[in-house]
Amino acid sequence: MEVERRTLRSKQLSARDMLRGDLEGEDLERYVEERVVTTTFERMQNWARSNSIFPLTFGLACCAIEAPISIVTARYDLARFGAEALRASPRQADMIILSGRVSIKMAPVVRRLYDQMLEPKWAVSMGACSSSGGMFSNYAVVQGADKFMPIDLHIPGCPPRPEAVLYGFTKLQRKIQGNPDQGWRARYDAHGTEEWARGGPRSEPSAEAAAAYEEARELARA
Amino acid sequence: MPDAPGLELIRGEIERDRPGAVLATSFDRGQAALIADPERILDVLAWLRDEPGHRYDFLSSLHVADYLPAEPRFGVHYELINRDRVERVRVKAMLADPGDDALPAIDSCVDLFPTANFQEREAFDFFGIEFRGHPELTRILLPDDYVGWPQRRDFPVGGEPVTFTYNERNYG
Amino acid sequence: MAEPADLLDDRTQEVMTVNIGPHHPATHGVLRLVVDLEGELVRELAPVIGYVHTGIEKSCEDKSYWKVIPFVERMDYVSYFFQMEAYCGAVERLVDLEIPPRAKYLRTLFLELNRIHSHLVWLGTTALDLGAISMLWYCFRERDKILDLFEMAAGQRMHTRYFQVGGVIEDIPLGFEEKCRKFAEEMPVRVGQYEALLDRNEVFLQRTKGVGTVERERLLELGVTGPLLRAAGEPWDLRKAFDYLAYPELDFKIPVGTVGDNYDRYRVRVAEMVESARIVAQCLDKLPDGPFIADDRKYVLPPRSELPTSMESLIHHFKLVTEGFRVGPGEVYYSIESPRGELGCFVLADGSAKPARVHFRDPSFVNLQSFRDMAVDSYIADMICSLGMLDPILGGVDR
Repeated sequence: MEVERRTLRSKQLSARDMLRGDLEGEDLERYVEERVVTTTFERMQNWARSNSIFPLTFGLACCAIEAPISIVTARYDLARFGAEALRASPRQADMIILSGRVSIKMAPVVRRLYDQMLEPKWAVSMGACSSSGGMFSNYAVVQGADKFMPIDLHIPGCPPRPEAVLYGFTKLQRKIQGNPDQGWRARYDAHGTEEWARGGPRSEPSAEAAAAYEEARELARA
Repeated sequence: MPDAPGLELIRGEIERDRPGAVLATSFDRGQAALIADPERILDVLAWLRDEPGHRYDFLSSLHVADYLPAEPRFGVHYELINRDRVERVRVKAMLADPGDDALPAIDSCVDLFPTANFQEREAFDFFGIEFRGHPELTRILLPDDYVGWPQRRDFPVGGEPVTFTYNERNYG
Repeated sequence: MAEPADLLDDRTQEVMTVNIGPHHPATHGVLRLVVDLEGELVRELAPVIGYVHTGIEKSCEDKSYWKVIPFVERMDYVSYFFQMEAYCGAVERLVDLEIPPRAKYLRTLFLELNRIHSHLVWLGTTALDLGAISMLWYCFRERDKILDLFEMAAGQRMHTRYFQVGGVIEDIPLGFEEKCRKFAEEMPVRVGQYEALLDRNEVFLQRTKGVGTVERERLLELGVTGPLLRAAGEPWDLRKAFDYLAYPELDFKIPVGTVGDNYDRYRVRVAEMVESARIVAQCLDKLPDGPFIADDRKYVLPPRSELPTSMESLIHHFKLVTEGFRVGPGEVYYSIESPRGELGCFVLADGSAKPARVHFRDPSFVNLQSFRDMAVDSYIADMICSLGMLDPILGGVDR
């Protein structure tokens, strides 16, 4: 149902009447329509969650200088997205940014931290090293944090600029709101080309993607 | 940096006081190196540190290099500095791999230079060289239960190959 | 020496072993400390490191000489230019390559900018640990200006891969000199503001004065170098001791402390920032004209403009990019003064196009051995302060 746009003067008059208790019938209905939004509880909850994320202060290596230190500073302010409250304890945080290379000695520690976080929680893999091992394809670096924990967002770069991290952060917010950004797949109509890592809510692939993934696994194993 | 004649003078003096400890000298690209007998390494280092006129009392770095396939395989390098005359000298001790599971061993210089503590642990961690007399010779950078000596030349780099599924599917 | 306060005569204090880290807001990176505490006093301390060990030295053996440069940059990730300089300098000594004067000055300029950057990160995070949170915002504001300069010259904020064997990869663009000069003029003013905030701040003085003192001889025994050693009264700085790059031609002082406590360390580093700003200004004034990279085509890529016209350049380019240059057998150890101390690079060449061994003598790794001396028999809060003033960067410690 459409709501007519009224002039400011008429809105002021109707507000005054409301306060006096003088609005009746159709006027009252129109007044309420202009001010009340109905939505599902889940959407509201997701909107609230996405705009008040508590990141965990967790830095591993070089990316840690860009985030979490540089993005909370004045130039690339993370607080304007609502994520100002960085928490040191994993029990109080809901987002972990893996900023830096995950070595084999550190991997169990990171997994333990992730397990200690309470649901709902999100993991962001920042930089090339935690997304895929980066340039360090050797005995000491885990080739991607995907290997031992579910990651919701990967941010490429070495190190990614703080603006890139913030862009990734806005994408994470969209994902939390249930409206994930499909990126280039939407532009080029390339749905079904995803390769999905296992785990976490909303990470179930579409049917074509699942078939493609199975085929890829068969080929890789052969 | 002691120049080439200066290096020979040092070697002569060590021969006089500790005969047989220095096996050779090397002066390459402006750097002076004494190649010492690994069994007498503490003699050489103590002499260089305490001898008046040569007080190389600052151990700047202790590191190991694997010269495989040349034998003896491991070279333990000690970089010493004399801070008053601003001179560097390097002492090298070459160790051979005893084979099987035995570890090449050399005396620890932690008593002479306490800075060698972490650096010898690192050498043990990566090359499997045992430093006799070190107070706590355990792994320092790798997990405690790691098997293998990664920086030896015959240890593989590791990592995993990247599979490109498109290529695999279409080109076999 | 501090004693535990006994409230009740018959109460005994037991020694409790507490694990601090590797995930902790106040450890500068993934450092794990296993501390024996008696009440609030630290009785024994053992650092456990290796949580960001990346196997860089092993990876370098697999790559051609110029491909090693991005790897070694990422060791001590706050002072990346210094690692590049240590490595490139070592390789230049191996192949006996002389870099042109303009490259020397450019390298010195960027090294000193990186030194200021490193000290700003240190000051911001250490003051944050001590509770002076505003310093974080101010220091990182300056730091962003330096990163803008790096981005202008090299294209990346961090890990710029700007130094190459033979010089620098590209000349500085137009407008860089002006912006850099403006920064160098404004830096001492800012440092004055930081000093006004902290130098005579009662809380800061109480927390840092007399805390974490280690004697000079003990520091020398432990191999500690850099601002920690200079704060204890030893005027040892590799920039003045061993002449390298353009330092012999520049006029700068080395701040030296007296007592060697945390307050002196703070003062030494802050004064170093001012001196570095002076060096930057002098480098800009004295910057000679000329090529920014050496001419020797065996080791240095030819300029791209020559490639379409000269067959020889094309062949050199091809060879350098695919296989890389070969270095005859030899070994070299070259060290420079990084913001944390003596950063040494050992390169062993075996005649092929890949180094046989690259080892870095990292200052944080060796300086960490003095941490136990600083923290034992003092309060745990003092230990946190000493850890900040020690300025370890775990990427360098763990490599």
